[in-house]
Amino acid sequence: MSDVRQHADDIHEQFSDHLDVDVEDVEERLTTLVDEYKVPMDEARRSVTNHYLEEAGLEREDISSGDSEAATIEEVDEPEEWIDLTAKVIELWDPRSDSVAQVGLLGDPTGTIKFTKWAKSELPALEEGGVYELRNVVTDEYQGRYSVKLNSTTVIEERDEDLEVGNDTSEIEGALVDMQSGSGLIKRCPEEDCTRVLQNGRCNEHGEGEGEFDLRIKAVVDDGIDAHEVIFDKDATEDLTGLSLEEAKDMAMDALDTTVVADEIRADIVGTYYRIEGPTFGRYVLADDVEELDGPADAEELLIKARSM
Amino acid sequence: MSQSELTREVARRVFASEFNDSTYAFKESDDERAPNYALLPTGDRANRVFVVGTLTETEDVGDDSEYWRGRVVDPTGTFFVYAGQYQPEAASVLRDTEPPEYVSIVGKPRTYETDDGTVNVSLRPESIAVVDDETRDRWVVETAERTLDRIEAFEAWEAEQEAPESGSTAPTNEYAEMARERYDSPVVNYRNDVIQALESLETVAENDDLEATA
Repeated sequence: MSDVRQHADDIHEQFSDHLDVDVEDVEERLTTLVDEYKVPMDEARRSVTNHYLEEAGLEREDISSGDSEAATIEEVDEPEEWIDLTAKVIELWDPRSDSVAQVGLLGDPTGTIKFTKWAKSELPALEEGGVYELRNVVTDEYQGRYSVKLNSTTVIEERDEDLEVGNDTSEIEGALVDMQSGSGLIKRCPEEDCTRVLQNGRCNEHGEGEGEFDLRIKAVVDDGIDAHEVIFDKDATEDLTGLSLEEAKDMAMDALDTTVVADEIRADIVGTYYRIEGPTFGRYVLADDVEELDGPADAEELLIKARSM
Repeated sequence: MSQSELTREVARRVFASEFNDSTYAFKESDDERAPNYALLPTGDRANRVFVVGTLTETEDVGDDSEYWRGRVVDPTGTFFVYAGQYQPEAASVLRDTEPPEYVSIVGKPRTYETDDGTVNVSLRPESIAVVDDETRDRWVVETAERTLDRIEAFEAWEAEQEAPESGSTAPTNEYAEMARERYDSPVVNYRNDVIQALESLETVAENDDLEATA
């Protein structure tokens, strides 16, 4: 088989699910570019691929560049690899853009990873707690953190089994140095299956709404080496502050202002040392187990070290 | 979600003596919004610090509007903390707190040159909280540990400079190099400050007494 024919075959295979196109047609286009216009093969291949992408109305990431391989979440350490995962949907987050249909966290026995499903891929909806076989997803990396993207070539098959999710548990010991906006007494959208936080009484998805009160803290815990973002859910917030949701609502009612709750919490926790344990969700650590560090710190060993330096 | 949130600057742990010697400020890029760093003499950069000490004095030094200065003392020296109208929460803590109190401060180093040409380093607080003595002791130990880590890295780099024939396997230490160019005071001074700080802790002092009498 000629070189051109081999490339034509590759391209043809990538598009076979999307376009009714002959290998000969692909080959002819390549030959024209390579023989007549003296275009290098990789450039010709790129050009022909783009032509078919346009014809099929697809994006580059929608076509696979080869066979995907079964992988575990732990093994994801390169961007732009095509893999198959069997994973459980641990959590669905609020998509920040209309181009994203679903975004959230997948888990398998080896760990957790963020996933994004594009709206234009028109894939069936994943449900929280569901276990799926996801064939042909592509890995991505942003600032050292990996994620997978579901695209229009991805095949989703629901599995009728539960999957144990390995916990990517983090333990952080450090000072709580900042409390971020969106902390304290917040309102969430009351629509079923929507937990978005209302901004000025509006849900991004469902518009104006009454909203249901909830408590949470988004904080930065810093050990002098790294700054970690930590989320305290309602229970963790109540445990940390001793302030119940009901009390917080009363406080806000008396002050005619919900920000008094955040102010009170901030004054209580910022500048304090904590040990926090919990699963990692993307760049956040979810505070499962929180302990205020108020015992004496051991200085003896350090002193010996300093004296011997 | 802004970029600054994604790359939040770590709050360095640094004693007052070293902080006040961190007179050289720099940026890593020409971008107007690039973060400012103070160069720590033990060889690191600090855009933000976390300090705990005793607030011993507060004074409104502003002319037209309130501008609060607080003196915060640790075992090695004094942090000068300034908060005005752009740090309303920190300013109100300085206004309302009756010294002495233990306080923890998250803030940014700022340098200013006096009329006689000396460069002073001050702390612009993002937040100030009243804390207890245990938090203070924990900070002293933690800051001692972080400072020793920096000194160790500095000395490892220095040793490599003096014996380059041993092969270039030692890590480069960009900020140690910068510190040696910019500052005169040897890092051993900061090791001595660490020892002094640790010895000042009550638990350590008690044990030392026991050993002395045993």
